[in-house]
Amino acid sequence: MKLFTQLFVAVDQTTKTNDKVAAIVNYLQHADDRSKLYAIALLIGNRPKRPVRTSDLKFWAADISRIPYWLFEESYHIVGDLAEAIALMLPPHAPEKEHRLPDVIGQLAGLHGLSDDRKREIITTYWRDMDTDQRFVFTKLITGNFRIGVSRQLVIKALVIHLGIDEAAVAHRLMGKWLPAKETMTSLFAESKKGARDFQPYPFYLAYQLDSPPESLGDIGDWYIERKLDGIRGQIIVRNGQLFVWSRGEDLLTDKFPEFAPLRNLLPDGTVIDGEIIPWKDERPLSFQVMQTRIGRKSLSPKILQEAPLVMVCFDLLEWKGEDMRDTPMYYRRKLLETLLSSPGLRHVLLLSELMPFNHWGEVAVFRQHARDFHCEGVMLKRKGSTYGSGRRRGNWWKWKTNPLTVDGVLIYAQSGHGRRANLYTDYTFAVWGDDGTLVPFAKAYSGLTDKEIAELDRWIKHHTVERFGPVRSVPPHHVFEIAFEGIQASSRHKSGVALRFPRILRWRRDKSPESANTHADLLELIQSANA
Amino acid sequence: MLKFTERGVYCPQADVYIDPWEPVERAIVTHGHSDHARRGMGRYLCHQHTALILRSRLGVDIVIQELAYQQAVSINGVRISLHPAGHIIGSAQVRLAYKGEVWVVSGDYKCVNDGVSIPYEPVPCHHFVTESTFGLPIYRFPQPGAVFSEINGWWAQNAAEGTNTVLLGYALGKSQVILRHLDTSIGPIFLHGAVANANAVLASAGYQFPGDYLIPETGRQTVKGAAIVAPPSALNTSWLRKLMPYRIALCSGWMQLRGTRRRKGVDRGFVLSDHADWDQLNRAVIATGAGDVYVTHGYEGPFARWLRDQHGLQASEVHLRGAATVEDEL
Repeated sequence: MKLFTQLFVAVDQTTKTNDKVAAIVNYLQHADDRSKLYAIALLIGNRPKRPVRTSDLKFWAADISRIPYWLFEESYHIVGDLAEAIALMLPPHAPEKEHRLPDVIGQLAGLHGLSDDRKREIITTYWRDMDTDQRFVFTKLITGNFRIGVSRQLVIKALVIHLGIDEAAVAHRLMGKWLPAKETMTSLFAESKKGARDFQPYPFYLAYQLDSPPESLGDIGDWYIERKLDGIRGQIIVRNGQLFVWSRGEDLLTDKFPEFAPLRNLLPDGTVIDGEIIPWKDERPLSFQVMQTRIGRKSLSPKILQEAPLVMVCFDLLEWKGEDMRDTPMYYRRKLLETLLSSPGLRHVLLLSELMPFNHWGEVAVFRQHARDFHCEGVMLKRKGSTYGSGRRRGNWWKWKTNPLTVDGVLIYAQSGHGRRANLYTDYTFAVWGDDGTLVPFAKAYSGLTDKEIAELDRWIKHHTVERFGPVRSVPPHHVFEIAFEGIQASSRHKSGVALRFPRILRWRRDKSPESANTHADLLELIQSANA
Repeated sequence: MLKFTERGVYCPQADVYIDPWEPVERAIVTHGHSDHARRGMGRYLCHQHTALILRSRLGVDIVIQELAYQQAVSINGVRISLHPAGHIIGSAQVRLAYKGEVWVVSGDYKCVNDGVSIPYEPVPCHHFVTESTFGLPIYRFPQPGAVFSEINGWWAQNAAEGTNTVLLGYALGKSQVILRHLDTSIGPIFLHGAVANANAVLASAGYQFPGDYLIPETGRQTVKGAAIVAPPSALNTSWLRKLMPYRIALCSGWMQLRGTRRRKGVDRGFVLSDHADWDQLNRAVIATGAGDVYVTHGYEGPFARWLRDQHGLQASEVHLRGAATVEDEL
């Protein structure tokens, strides 16, 4: 744990990416191979499941720190992070024994079946053997929200330096849910035997939001223009008679999508298709909410399958007859994809992403503006001659999303944040005016304000608190904010009867009085027009 | 004997306020920080080194009665004396005795030796008014010695990489503690104007600290590898630009929390405080032998409840209007 803790501290102390990469490389040079695998898994977000209840952790920590539970809770609220609170409150102690990262994670993984007493004994022994920083990192592993301030891209960079192999290869090897316990550095990174990595998806190529006029992209004839759909980005893989469906979040979702099961026999071996998985009925996509409800289900009844049938709208072909096609030009891959999908048996689950026949950027702009009327959230622009990259890159693929919907809401509750925002009121609830003149909460938003605005609002909240409910404070209706969101749906689960997609703060409307905020009726009207 | 009023802690018998935040006829000032020493008092009573600070901040024409530590004055039968609080140079606890009853108002204090101010001394009393800036068990600070080695180690590493080192701490108090413990063999030391001014005031009491005032004409080459000590208000100002390339650190008890550290956007946070941490607060309260404790300035509620539950003391929370809320301070 010592080396890994040093890595965590080094990464935590800097905001400079070069320093972070250097810290990872330094770790890789000094750690043993098995520890490296576990560290890499943690760095890219392959986290262990939470083996104990957080309430147990709190009780144990308060108990051995000899402080009453109420004081523990009070202090925890100030810190905002449970692992940090525990590390700070445990009796100070010099580290006694070094525990290796793989052993720690291995033992944590084995805690599930044990009695509470035995769990307590194991966890508190670790605490006793560690110094404050190690305790923090160790407890972070248990609480299950272990996040370290590096992106996957930085880990890849460090591995490229450390292993001396190509960036695309490293990125590819890290895809999917591999288990550090079942790998060695060689099995993970060396050239693989045939068949050993059938399940492995390619790193997704992601687009940036277009931030300059489309005219800057040059001749429209050089570009494919497609609808940007609001589903789940995924890869369908068929290799050696097996089917794998991956989401961009690198979850293996094969079992969630029985619609795709026949593809195992219908697609030729060595095929990988990139596209958007989306519920589709009567020639058009259904709302994202339908998809979310379905993803959330443990078992899929025939009724659900009928209400929310899924398709993949396919837009790229990454592997064809076992060959990696990513270095071929887009128009070539597109041709192959069109040929492949023309097979009649595939038609009801694999749709071809339609190319929009625009001749001028002006037409694209108009379409984008009215994208919601066409059941999409904007357009994708892809250069015809481009290869398939990895990660988020500028230049060849752009997304150009339609402007968000907006509503002016009044701030009514605030809650303190976590991590960097601990002890600052940064999680806000906004309301609109109901018919009876009361304020109806309709959205929670966490992002969109500058640090300076957050600090100012935080001070105002602390000085104008009306009531406190645990970590939440209510404030008088005074400040108005313009809330932006991507979609709006009727919802029986929300008090307002409305569910928003991706709500965030667009701007602080200091020019507006609370009376001039939007009304609940306005929201209902938006639902009507957005889903017409 | 003492009352907690709208204007501050008040002794009716002596008709004197302690650290009042509105003009009154007679004020005892515990130390020279601006949230304790305000302008407009008819007469000031404070430690002789605090008097230097008050004159430089509030003007030479204010009326001050100066005391040494342990030296007592009597006002209408109340015997008043000042005792070292270890917070900053000149900081004092106020002891008031009247007809056998003894009160002590701690002001701001810490119980570790910072190498600059006269260390805190426990003063036995019946009633103890204590601050509680860091009155939660998450605030257990490392030994200052360990922090100074960390600071020097970081400076040495930065200097070796050709990078300047900026250390941020209050101009009065924290800056002098930093300067006293910097290893001058590593490189030159420069001072922000506010720190240089504070040093100049303290020099008249015989205190000497290393470091040269960083004037606009100071060349970049001269500053190379240096440590520069500046107040936290210098953060995110253009003043820092001429110190490029630099790494920057805040020295404060608040750096104990990762969230605060990261929010400030500094490269490093060193836990260096001029306030008592949780353990020191507990030890200090017990050492006074006081049965009645009044908790102000910080986490009043939790600390008072802890003293009641854990130590069986009559402890109550006192919310003083002038006290900056914990959340507002750096």
